Amino acid sequence: MLNVPTLAQINAEGKKADILFWVGCAGSFDDRAKKITKAFVKILNQTDISFAVLGTEESCTGDPAKRSGNEFLFQMQAVQNITTLDSYAVTKIVTTCPHCFNTLKNEYPDLGGNYEVIHHTQLLKQLLNDNKLRIEGGKFKGKRITYHDPCYLGRANQVYEAPRELIKKLDAELLEMKSCKSKGLCCGAGGAQMFKDAEAGTKEINIVRTEEALETQPDIIAAACPFCNTMMTDGIKNKEKEGKVEVMDIAELIANANDL
Amino acid sequence: MNYIPNIIFLILISFSVGFFIRNVKRIRRNISLGKSINRNDKRGIRWKNMIRLALGQSKMVSRPISGFLHVIVYVGFVIINIELLEIIIDGLTGEHRIFAPILGSLYNVLIGTFEIFAFLVLVAVIFFWTRRNIIKINRFWKAEMKGWPKLDGDIILYFEVVLMFLFLAMNATDSILQELDPEHYVKAGSFPISQFLVPLFENLSKNNLYLMERSFWWFHIIGIFIFLNYLYYSKHLHILLAFPNTYFANLNLKGKFSVDSNINNEVQMMMNPNFTIPEGNIAPPEKFGASDVFDLNWVQLMNAYSCTECGRCSSVCPANITGKKLSPRKIMMDTRDRLEEVGKNLNKNNGVFEKDQKQLLNDYITPEELWACTSCNACVDACPIEIDPLSIIMDMRQYLVMEQSAAPVELNSMMGNIENNGAPWPFSNQDRLQWVDE
Repeated sequence: MLNVPTLAQINAEGKKADILFWVGCAGSFDDRAKKITKAFVKILNQTDISFAVLGTEESCTGDPAKRSGNEFLFQMQAVQNITTLDSYAVTKIVTTCPHCFNTLKNEYPDLGGNYEVIHHTQLLKQLLNDNKLRIEGGKFKGKRITYHDPCYLGRANQVYEAPRELIKKLDAELLEMKSCKSKGLCCGAGGAQMFKDAEAGTKEINIVRTEEALETQPDIIAAACPFCNTMMTDGIKNKEKEGKVEVMDIAELIANANDL
Repeated sequence: MNYIPNIIFLILISFSVGFFIRNVKRIRRNISLGKSINRNDKRGIRWKNMIRLALGQSKMVSRPISGFLHVIVYVGFVIINIELLEIIIDGLTGEHRIFAPILGSLYNVLIGTFEIFAFLVLVAVIFFWTRRNIIKINRFWKAEMKGWPKLDGDIILYFEVVLMFLFLAMNATDSILQELDPEHYVKAGSFPISQFLVPLFENLSKNNLYLMERSFWWFHIIGIFIFLNYLYYSKHLHILLAFPNTYFANLNLKGKFSVDSNINNEVQMMMNPNFTIPEGNIAPPEKFGASDVFDLNWVQLMNAYSCTECGRCSSVCPANITGKKLSPRKIMMDTRDRLEEVGKNLNKNNGVFEKDQKQLLNDYITPEELWACTSCNACVDACPIEIDPLSIIMDMRQYLVMEQSAAPVELNSMMGNIENNGAPWPFSNQDRLQWVDE
C-alpha cells in the first residue's frame, strides 16, 4: 500500500510535510509515467522523509503552454499554482518531471513564487548521502546502463551528476552515449513537441537518439523524465528491441534494486 | 622631397576608416531598433565571460580541429596587426620601418614572429578551405549556405591568403634591398619564412625590386583597408562583435525563458478580483511576441550581426539533423537579412521606416521552421559566442499563438485541455490521484 498524504489532509491534522512532491500531469495521468511516480513514492515511503502531494489541487505548471508561445495561459496556470502553493506555505518541492522542475524553479520566481525546487534524482542522491536511503546493487550488478540526459535537467539546469551517481550505486556499468551531458541530444519531446506530430523531415528525433543509445549496447536505457521515457520506449519498439533493452527511470531502477 | 605617396596614403586611410565608421554607425542604429533589455547587471561575470569566450576562445576548442585552426588564425590576426601600426606610421610619415631603430634587436624578434604567424595562418586557412570545399563538411553545405553565404566564406579565406602572401613577399623583397640599397632600406628584421621566397626575386634588377617591394607594400595595406570595409557586408563581423556579444549574453540558466511581466497585471486582474494595478505601471504591450525585427530586443539583433555562420548550432539541432526545415543558423541569418533590409529602407527614407509589406515572419522565417523546435537549447550551448537563436524562435511562436491563434491544431487542443482541466490531456483534474489506488 502506498502512503500518499495530500497537503490538505496533513494541514487538517495540523501537521507539516518536509517536502511537496509535485507529481505533474504525466506522472498523474500517463500510464507509463504513473509507474515512475509510484516507484518514487515507494522509495520515499521507505525513508523517514515526510512528503505530501497536492492531489486534485495540482494543475499543469504551464510549461507546454509557455513553450508553445502562450505566455498568457502559462501565467494563468502559474498564478493559480502559486496561490495554491502559498496557501500551504510550501517551501520545498521535489518533482519527477524535469519540465515541471524547470518551470517551478526558474520561471515561477518572476511571478512571485519562490520555492526550493529539486529534481527527484537530486533528492535521492541527498538521501543517499545522508544515509537515509540505502541502495542495494545486487540486482543490477554488471548490467550495462546508459543514461539519457533530459534537456531540461541537463543543459537547462546543469544537473548531470546526481542521476549518474545513483546509477553507479547500483554496481552497474554506466555507459556514455556519443553525445551526453551538455552535448546530449534531445529525445524529441521538448518544446511541446510531445503534443504534436513532428514537421516533415527525413527521420524522427527519438529514433536518432535511440540509435545513439543502442550503440552503447545497453541492457537498460536510464531516463529521468517521463517524456524522454516515452520517446525512448517508442524508439526501442521501433527498433524491435523490446525485451532486450528496457527503458527505466532512475526511480524505478532504485525501487527495483531495493525490491520495492 | 616627394610627398605624393604620403598624401595618397592619407587619403586612402581617411576614406577607408571613414567608410568603416559610417557602416559601424549604421550597424549601431539598426541594432538599436530593437527593444530595450537590461544586460548591464553582474558586470564582473560579464567581463569574465567576454575574456573567457571571446578573447580566450574557450568554447571554440570543444571541436578540437576547427577550434585549433581558428585559434591560430585568431592569434595570428591579432599579433600581425601590431605590424600594421608600423605600416600606417610609415605610410603617413614616409619613413621606412620606423620601429627598427627604436626597438633594436626586439624588432628582429617581432618581425620573425609575425612571419611565423603569417605562415601558420596560411596553413590554417588552407585547411579551412579544404574542409569547406574538398571534404565538404556537412554544416557548410546546408540549404541556407547556398549562394552568397558560401561565397562569402570562401572570399574571406582568399583575402587572408592574399594578405599573408603580400606580407611575406614584401619582406622578401625588402630583405634583398637591405643588401643592395642600405641607404634607403635599413637593415632590420629577421625573415625566417620569407627567406624562402627570396630566390623568386633574387635576379631582378634593383629598380624592378624596388618596384616590387613598393607594390607588395601598397597592395598589402590597401588589401587590409578593403578587408576592413568588407566586414560589414560579410559574416566576418564576428571578429569585432564577438566581444560585445559575449559580454551582453544571457546569464540565466538556459532553462529560464523570459517571463513577460507586462501581461502579469492582466493575469492578476483575471485571477484575483481584489487586485489593483500598481501605480506607474505601464499598460500591456500592443503586440505580443515578435513578427519582425522591431519586436526583438537589441541583444537578439546584435546576435544576428555577430553570427559567422559556422553552423555549429544547426549541426547539433535535433530538428535540423533529422531533416526538418528548422536551422538555428538560418534564424540568425534571416534576422540579419531582414534587419539589413530595414536598414536600407531607413537609409533611403532619411531615417524613417517606410512600410514595405514585409516582415521577418513568413517572408523570411516560416511557421514550419518555428514549430519544429524542441527548445532543447543545444544550439545555444553550441554557439562559441553565446548567440541565442532559441529566444527568437520562442518570441515568434508567441506572436503566432497570441496574436494570430496560429498554433498547430494539436497544440491548440493541448492548450484547450490545460485551460479546461489543468492538464495537457483531456483528463479530469478530479482523477489526479487515481494512480495511488491503481
